[in-house]
Amino acid sequence: MSADDYFREGDPVADTKAPSGPISERWESRRFSGRLVNPANRRKLRVIVVGTGLAGASAAATLGELGYRVSNYCFQDSPRRAHSIAAQGGINAAKNYRGDGDSVHRLFYDTVKGGDFRSRESNVHRLAEVSTEIIDQCVAQGVPFAREYGGLLDNRSFGGAQVSRTFYARGQTGQQLLLGAYQALERQVAAGTVELHTRHEMLELIVVDDRARGIVVRDLVTGEVSTEIADAVVLASGGYGNVFFLSTNAKGCNVTATWRAHRKGAYFANPCYTQIHPTCIPQSGDHQSKLTLMSESLRNDGRVWVPAERGDDRAPGDIPEAERDYYLERRYPAFGNLVPRDIASRAAKAVCDEGRGVGPGGLGVYLDFEAAIGRLGKDAVEAKYGNLFDMYERITGENPYERPMRIYPAVHYTMGGLWVDYDLMSNIPGLFVTGEANFSDHGANRLGASALMQGLSDGYFVLPNTISDYLADGPFEAVADDHEAVAEAREAVNDRIEFFLNNDGDRTVDSFHRELGKIMWEYCGMERTDEGLRKAIGLIGDLKDEFYKRVKVTGGAGELNQQLEKAGRVADFFELGELMCIDALHRTESCGGHFRAESQTEDGEARRDDEQFSYVAAWEHGQTGPVLHKEDLVFEYVKPTQRSYK
Amino acid sequence: MKLKLRIWRQSGAEAKGRMVEYIVDGISEDASFLEMLDVLNEQLIAEGADPVAFDHDCREGICGACSLVIDGQAHGPQAATTTCQLHMRKYRDGDVIDVEPWRAGAFPVIKDLVVDRTAFDRIIAAGGYISAPTGTAPDAHATPVAKQDADAAFAAAACIGCGACVAACPNGSGMLFMAAKVAHLARMPQGQPERHTRVLGMVAEHDASGFGGCTNTGECSAACPKEIGLDVIGQLNRDFRKAAAKAA
Ligand SMILES: Cc1cc2nc3c(=O)[nH]c(=O)nc-3n(C[C@H](O)[C@H](O)[C@H](O)COP(=O)(O)OP(=O)(O)OC[C@H]3O[C@@H](n4cnc5c(N)ncnc54)[C@H](O)[C@@H]3O)c2cc1C
Ligand code: FES
Repeated sequence: MSADDYFREGDPVADTKAPSGPISERWESRRFSGRLVNPANRRKLRVIVVGTGLAGASAAATLGELGYRVSNYCFQDSPRRAHSIAAQGGINAAKNYRGDGDSVHRLFYDTVKGGDFRSRESNVHRLAEVSTEIIDQCVAQGVPFAREYGGLLDNRSFGGAQVSRTFYARGQTGQQLLLGAYQALERQVAAGTVELHTRHEMLELIVVDDRARGIVVRDLVTGEVSTEIADAVVLASGGYGNVFFLSTNAKGCNVTATWRAHRKGAYFANPCYTQIHPTCIPQSGDHQSKLTLMSESLRNDGRVWVPAERGDDRAPGDIPEAERDYYLERRYPAFGNLVPRDIASRAAKAVCDEGRGVGPGGLGVYLDFEAAIGRLGKDAVEAKYGNLFDMYERITGENPYERPMRIYPAVHYTMGGLWVDYDLMSNIPGLFVTGEANFSDHGANRLGASALMQGLSDGYFVLPNTISDYLADGPFEAVADDHEAVAEAREAVNDRIEFFLNNDGDRTVDSFHRELGKIMWEYCGMERTDEGLRKAIGLIGDLKDEFYKRVKVTGGAGELNQQLEKAGRVADFFELGELMCIDALHRTESCGGHFRAESQTEDGEARRDDEQFSYVAAWEHGQTGPVLHKEDLVFEYVKPTQRSYK
Repeated sequence: MKLKLRIWRQSGAEAKGRMVEYIVDGISEDASFLEMLDVLNEQLIAEGADPVAFDHDCREGICGACSLVIDGQAHGPQAATTTCQLHMRKYRDGDVIDVEPWRAGAFPVIKDLVVDRTAFDRIIAAGGYISAPTGTAPDAHATPVAKQDADAAFAAAACIGCGACVAACPNGSGMLFMAAKVAHLARMPQGQPERHTRVLGMVAEHDASGFGGCTNTGECSAACPKEIGLDVIGQLNRDFRKAAAKAA
């Protein structure tokens, strides 16, 4: 069976709406060409925003300020709990406050290169331009960024960047940025422009006359299923890393909102691009429910090693220097422990596969601070990393001042997502997608501190400008509650709920989710092969069948029912998992977070294939399997080169 | 290890609740407290019983979703630690553990261990923000902020909105939560113009939402997983007095 047997190729993507002209003028020119909505008319236009993370809260608050009527949804009990809250490291912006040579162009260049030449130049340039305004906006909201003694904002270099462009608020940057957006959102709630619906989950998209016109939601407390109609729908529902079951994402993160839209016609782009973060706390046993990230900044001072000999089970302190392998320093003398995330992750997997891993199951490598403590003193190390060391100790019961940390890679971020054009609109008119939920700016690999930047860029600055061009044609015709499309969407939701509650099964949802996660991690994780991906597609298909036969969901429809919520999410993960494998199978090159074992150099580095694969893979949900639409990528400003960190 | 759990079960907001006993076995000391509850729930589902509902999301101590009173203490026995970060190595084989929801007038129980904390959102909506419409901000360096002010603001802003302070307070007061936000914003130059309206609005909403009054027991700060200090309450009281005097 060739890879083509799993899908069929359709027409190329018709139009990305990217403006032409000099790259630094494109955003300005799009803003000027986009139509505006006069303030009196905005009141007549309703916009649904699904999600209250950085991308959703910023969009909902800004649209509310502009005078649109906004309905904002999240599944948590408060908008402030969206997963963005967990981001630690920081947010990039090309402010060049350090005078160290940073500029919009350099951030643009670094992001295109970091994405391994699989993103759109126009989008990335806009992101770099807008980045500076984000910091201004957040400071005005009172976000307590780290400051220097002179009172100005502090910056650090992050993820191997050569300039200091990362703004941060101790180890809680995501929290502070999200609280800023949340407070702006609550201000609009008080002003009456935004209606908030917490503990509500979107379960279907409503498409009427080829336009996105509303959603079906379930009230997670009462179980009531209802619909809301609007003039446009924005999905800011986050990433899909939880398809792996174990990831650094929050437990509730899921793909349902975007997957349901995909099933209604929205293209899903580059689903196989996932980011694996090298420094997470390893799994401690079968009870493990999630993985915890240890900030990347630890690699600035920690040295990564494993025993030189396989099966060496001495305590780390008993292994003499000469019998340790500092494999990153050995393989990458120029970057050492600071190589990019994908490279560090793969190298850790390689030494563990050789049987040299440490800790339970041999799935870990040491991150050792002994040299740093010797050089800087324990106090200095504590001042820098104290909170992280405490967190590590709380979770593992081991003291990292005395014993090296054990770390292992974990799924962290998904670059893929719903396909959007330059205006952040999907191929379904009126359906916009922002933040991690879309695919737009990071190509095949995201740089550290760039997701927060993108979420806020989309929500505060891009979407509020581009959506007006679409809304200028509104308000659209009223849609009755018994309209065929509405009734059909609502019925689909009710049917699914009925099915799960009445299924006479004997296995829990979590047991299926764990098993799916293992398949994904094994075959569609850090290293992918033709053979493995084919196997995975078969295994997922079988497991999915078993899921529908054997899944057991207790409780009723008309109440808070967390098992029912999970069942729907896992059902969608199965279908997404299949598409991820097909996407990974068809892309026979290695690029960014997608490493195909067949496409590597003699010394084991990723080999891109620009001839064949310089395109975005936008997948349509076809009746008989996925249909691939290619969007060719054009590089006018940054010449594609092979990355090298030797 | 093997444990006996006594857990608050309540099928809905109007239903009567009670403590129910369960036994879990084979719990690893490396498991988190919530992972131990996951094990219990898998067991209950297998038996065809209704699993225990509880709020959680990030499981790394930052989202503020998890909210259990464990053996009478909000977030359990370990200081500066949310329930999700509490690990079973704190317990011994044979221990008996009581698990209950936050109990406070302003936080009605929805089901089992899940409570309704939307009153916190309403307090923020009543003034816990700085009005800074998108796109109107001056350059970030236009207003320097002394490092100690920024750090002090950060210390208050670290609140995760979990509600442990309310659960720990004998009066069910939301004072620490509210004061943390008041202090965060009052300690920044950007927060000055709305300083007085903010505190008046938030206090009015706090009182209207059914939270109790503050009698300085200090239980809130002792239970706070982010160690928000009582100094923020002093700040709120000062600001409130000034604002009220001015408004009078
Ligand atoms: C541990 C960790 C650390 C990180 N650190 C950094 C960092 O330092 N710098 C950086 O730039 N990035 C970082 N990232 C990445 C970054 O945090 C995320 O990519 C980003 O915050 C995503 O924001 P978002 O608004 O798109 O989605 P989210 O914040 O995930 O929000 C999703 C929202 O959608 C809602 N939702 C989802 N589905 C539904 C549905 N069906 N119905 C109703 N509502 C729904 C949720 O309730 C939520 O409100 C980190 C990520 C992790 C996991
Ligand atoms: S689950 Fe997020 S703080 Fe505990």
